[in-house]
Amino acid sequence: MEEFNSLMQGFSVALTYHNLLFMLVGILLGVLIGVLPGLGGANGVAILLPLTFTMPPTSAIIMLSCIYWGALFGGAITSILFNIPGEPWSVATTFDGHPMAKSGRAGEALTAAFTSSFVGALFAVIMITFLAPLVAKFSLKFGPPEFFAVQLLTFCSFVGLGKGHPAKTISAMMLGFALAAVGLDTVTGTLRMTFGTSELLRGFDFLIAVIGLFGIGEILLTMEEGLAFKGVHARINPRVVLQTWAQLPKFWLTALRATLIGCWMGITPGGATPASFMSYGIAKRFSKTGEKFGTGEIEGVVAPETAAHAAGTSALLPMLTLGIPGSPTAAVLLGGLLIWGLQPGPLLFVEQKEFVWGLIASMYIGNIAGLLIVLTTVPWWAAILRVPFSIIAPVIVVICAIGAYTVHNAMLDVVMMMVFGVVGYLFKKLDYPLAPMVLALVLGDMAESSFRQSMLLSRGEVSIFWSNGLVGSICGLAMLMLFWPVISKVLARMRRGNNELDEARPVE
Amino acid sequence: MHDNEHADEGSRRGVSTKAVEMVVAAIIFGLGLVVVFDSRRVGAGWADDGPQAGYFPFYIGLILCAASAWTLLRAAFSDHAAGGVFVSRKKLRLVMSVFIPSLIYVIAIYFIGIYVSSAVFIGAFMYWHGRFPWIKIIPVSLLVPVSMFLLFEVWFLVPLPKGPLEALIGY
Repeated sequence: MEEFNSLMQGFSVALTYHNLLFMLVGILLGVLIGVLPGLGGANGVAILLPLTFTMPPTSAIIMLSCIYWGALFGGAITSILFNIPGEPWSVATTFDGHPMAKSGRAGEALTAAFTSSFVGALFAVIMITFLAPLVAKFSLKFGPPEFFAVQLLTFCSFVGLGKGHPAKTISAMMLGFALAAVGLDTVTGTLRMTFGTSELLRGFDFLIAVIGLFGIGEILLTMEEGLAFKGVHARINPRVVLQTWAQLPKFWLTALRATLIGCWMGITPGGATPASFMSYGIAKRFSKTGEKFGTGEIEGVVAPETAAHAAGTSALLPMLTLGIPGSPTAAVLLGGLLIWGLQPGPLLFVEQKEFVWGLIASMYIGNIAGLLIVLTTVPWWAAILRVPFSIIAPVIVVICAIGAYTVHNAMLDVVMMMVFGVVGYLFKKLDYPLAPMVLALVLGDMAESSFRQSMLLSRGEVSIFWSNGLVGSICGLAMLMLFWPVISKVLARMRRGNNELDEARPVE
Repeated sequence: MHDNEHADEGSRRGVSTKAVEMVVAAIIFGLGLVVVFDSRRVGAGWADDGPQAGYFPFYIGLILCAASAWTLLRAAFSDHAAGGVFVSRKKLRLVMSVFIPSLIYVIAIYFIGIYVSSAVFIGAFMYWHGRFPWIKIIPVSLLVPVSMFLLFEVWFLVPLPKGPLEALIGY
């Protein structure tokens, strides 16, 4: 087994003192980021990215991906104890997690959440271990039209799988593409949409957009709610953990379904948030005690958490193999890879073996370490949430400002961050999805260059996108996704009377 | 959730979601037009050596215009798509009470550097929003910038914007 040998080599890279230390720091920072409102996986990683420029790439990506795992774990803490989802993907966890905590079963709910997160992630990592090399090998055959087709599929999936209105999803996405086009066009050397200003020459950096949209925007939204944290005290002792673990195996089927949903939604960029809702909805429908969901069922915590973590982890598969991230956080990690001079994509598996397998090995260790760390440090995190919002809010604004500044050492970026903050606030209130916008901003140049190269190959004939079976079927799938909102409406009309099927769809 | 009843008094007035929805869609439409025209300016066609610089963005702009027009018309003609109040005055005041200080903070960084303005910003925020006593405000508002300073300037050697005070101590 070639993968197994490579993985063992990866472990030897990841298991150095140096990298274990970075892993630990990453997870602690990640949980902190996941717990605090206004800081999440995506902008937390974006803010810390400049600090890692001086590190060796392998250590840096290990630390950053551990921040991501930590944030995934951390989101559950606030959902269960405070009924405030620290991250969008933990909204579904509040449905049953918080009622459990209120009835004095906080320890049980937290243990269930962390453990099922761990299980979901573990399965996703195993899948990455064996599937990623295959996908990478397969995609070596890809030419520009195939790459553009995959990118098209990525973006069309947002329209098909997202819960927003298609017009808004498309607007947000195209806005991202338009912003990505600003600046110097690297192929022709023409200046686009700079209107004579030299500051716009660089274009818009997606890191600034991420920090503004998710950081400042979130703070403004949170302020609107006039937040007062009222939490449930949590105590986790080994007995509660063991008792909960003894209960968990009977939910294996729920966990399996959740993992499958999560992996699917993570690879196609549905993302962790819809995955968690979908998994919750399906678990509710298939569970024997489905009607009790929402009152504090442990199964209602297992389902969304497993799916969210599986999705969050498997979002790295397309990022590593195709250079197409499955989630905003994966997009930020991809940006990091580019800055370190590593070109994500099929060749990464050939040219940077040590890096890729070191990262995959660190996913195993990072998740085990993460589980142990969150189980032992829960009271501490809960205490942080008792710090009043009037201290946390300005500190987060300061951290965001520093993060935005350090990307290019430019003050204009800090101002842009505030602009993106307002955009984030408006878009969130109006249900414009932010993830497609960020992804378009990251992938804009890549999508454009693969589109141009395809056009060059075909001398401007669009028919190149269905010129062979492979590219044709990817494009066909993309079109299916793009028109899915229409198709599903038609299907629903045809099946009217059979309402049961509708319930399995994600909660909107 | 007894707080909701309280909030309701102030929440009937305010900007309607419909208006905001339409304004945002109109702005996006405008941006789409800018993209289309600028792409036409740099050339959205086919040159001797392949597609011109505006080739790809031109279509992006067109789709952007179409999608935002769709949102705009949907908001204008369908009532259930955009009903209710976007943000009540009470909530808007809360949001502004965070946004305006943050804006002043960002502008202040230009003049007095990030460390001093962070200290003032955190202190002022704690005073206005949290009503903390000075005995708590001073340590917190000093501790954060000082630890930032140690982390960035000293440990990671990442320079942040500095003002006259930092110049005094030799940075």
